[in-house]
Amino acid sequence: MNRIENAFKNKPIFMPYFPLGYPNLEISIDVIEAFAKNGADLIEVGLSFSDPLADGPVIQQATQVALEQGITIKKSLQAVKELRKRDVTIPLILMGYYNPMLAYGLEKFVLDAKEAGADGFIIPDLPIEESDEFENVLVGPTRESPLPLIRMIAPTSSSDRMEKIARNAKGFIYLVSVTGITGERKSIAEGLSDLISSVREHSSVPVCVGFGIGTPEQAKEVGQMADGVIVGTACVRTIGGSENPVEMAREFAKSFLKVLQ
Amino acid sequence: MPTLLPPKFGPYGGQFVPETLMPALIELEEAFVKAKTDVEFQKEFNKLMASFVGRPTPLTYAKRLSEKLGGAQIYLKREDLAHTGAHKINNALGQALLVKRMGKKRIVAETGAGQHGVASATAAALLGLECVVYMGSVDIARQEPNVFRMKLLGAEVRPVNSGTKTLKDAINEAIRDWVTNVRDTHYLLGSALGPHPYPTIVREFQSVIGTEAREQILLEVGRLPDTVIACVGGGSNAIGVFSGFVDDEGVELIGVEAGGSGINSGKHAARFGDATKARVGVIHGTRTYVLQDEDGQIAETHSVSAGLDYAAVGPEHAMMRDNERAFYTSATDAEALDAFHTLCHTEGIIPALESSHAVAEVIKRASSMRKDQIILVNLSGRGDKDLNTVINEMKENRE
Repeated sequence: MNRIENAFKNKPIFMPYFPLGYPNLEISIDVIEAFAKNGADLIEVGLSFSDPLADGPVIQQATQVALEQGITIKKSLQAVKELRKRDVTIPLILMGYYNPMLAYGLEKFVLDAKEAGADGFIIPDLPIEESDEFENVLVGPTRESPLPLIRMIAPTSSSDRMEKIARNAKGFIYLVSVTGITGERKSIAEGLSDLISSVREHSSVPVCVGFGIGTPEQAKEVGQMADGVIVGTACVRTIGGSENPVEMAREFAKSFLKVLQ
Repeated sequence: MPTLLPPKFGPYGGQFVPETLMPALIELEEAFVKAKTDVEFQKEFNKLMASFVGRPTPLTYAKRLSEKLGGAQIYLKREDLAHTGAHKINNALGQALLVKRMGKKRIVAETGAGQHGVASATAAALLGLECVVYMGSVDIARQEPNVFRMKLLGAEVRPVNSGTKTLKDAINEAIRDWVTNVRDTHYLLGSALGPHPYPTIVREFQSVIGTEAREQILLEVGRLPDTVIACVGGGSNAIGVFSGFVDDEGVELIGVEAGGSGINSGKHAARFGDATKARVGVIHGTRTYVLQDEDGQIAETHSVSAGLDYAAVGPEHAMMRDNERAFYTSATDAEALDAFHTLCHTEGIIPALESSHAVAEVIKRASSMRKDQIILVNLSGRGDKDLNTVINEMKENRE
């Protein structure tokens, strides 16, 4: 059983997002370690990009800081390696935009990511129309058990698209709960339950919900419908703005763990 | 899923956008394909082009400039005389008509120099649409008259303070708005870039420039030009005029990028001109040549003209460059400013700083051509919006 399958043994799972390099590289590694050791079941490790067009102001600003601090793909992969050295055993999914991966070289990126100990990829600007190039690299002839590219479904996806995306989905499906960019919302989107049911009709992999979930209460509500709850902006805002980010990360993870167990 | 029209230009183009937007791109493509073959749509578009935009725009023989340079005969395609002062209105009206057909009520647009913002605000006012324009705060400062025009036309101008505060960041913000409001909002993209079907749609609506110019030069001179020159930011005016001549093998097509302070200075927007910083990458939904650092972060660009100050180039230009159907060069800020003054003095025409880059290339090559040769240059816009910039540059040079 691979790390992702293992993570979904006790559902719903808690999946925080945090960008490497924010507020600096050291602290971001410590924060991710703290998440992992205090209840996070899977972590989306953010790779920064100068033009993050699917992100709201909080994540834009954090990734901008990370870039100013000198974060690169290379340093990000080294950080993943460091996390594995620190006995972080949960899945680490790399989440980032396509251009920095292209610049690094797709083949090399996929190989180095696997070697560093990453478990998969989320690329928000790579819809199924464009994902063949990356997926072909993932399943290259020399690689056994390729890492998954996590596919995204949006509330605007037609049922045809939903079926096409969900069919052959690997790892889990990332269901975007709101029409929009990342960021907290006051309430959980209406119709989420129906949306999750439609996705489940087409796929048996776990369905995780992200975009707009900021509080443990909202996580609990979503957790009753979905297999996993993704929390990004609230993580970044709460922890990045704290004087003691590592302590805050522990508290943050525990508060979500409590409601999801 | 298969698209109705080819989504790529050779290896360039494509649809690199979040899933949330894919259905909107599919809907837009369907609306466009229907409109293309719909006589009623074409009639409506052509009528507006004539009665509202003032098309066809004239082709002007630049007699004194030709004499001064002493070589090729120079003809100006006068997009500066189109309503709102630039070619941008052709595409803005075309897309706004599509918006009406799709039943959407609101448009968002990005703008650099403000010309596309003004064109979008104008189209929105004419057709009764709500309009929000995103504009980098750096550009707002240097194109103030256009900001005021947009507001007069009823548009809301939202300053963008993220990143480099120029066109690239305005596009990011426009896309974020679009992702959020995609159900009732259309993104009226102003250049021949972005995800499919935008590069194709923008080219089609701008192809009126090339179609007219070809007919006009044949009528006036009785033959095709030797060379067609246009400035290239995203590349919409260039692709528009090129499209009229692309099948005429003997016609040389030249695109002029912003050389800024010079290629070696690193401060420019010459995507084809700087092999150290420009690589094929993905930005704003399309695969093309992008100025970027070695980690794939999009580079800061510089140009005296806000409309050329952008890190990527339209994907069709990338293909035309690869297959050598078009050639690309650059003009520096100083060369463009010189050309600006030259055209003012010799022809009584104040060109946009963007278009002045094309004129700069005319000045470079006309004298080495024979007198019976012809250069056709697309004068994409007028320079009223740039007066502040030019006044400041003149002051700096005096000091």
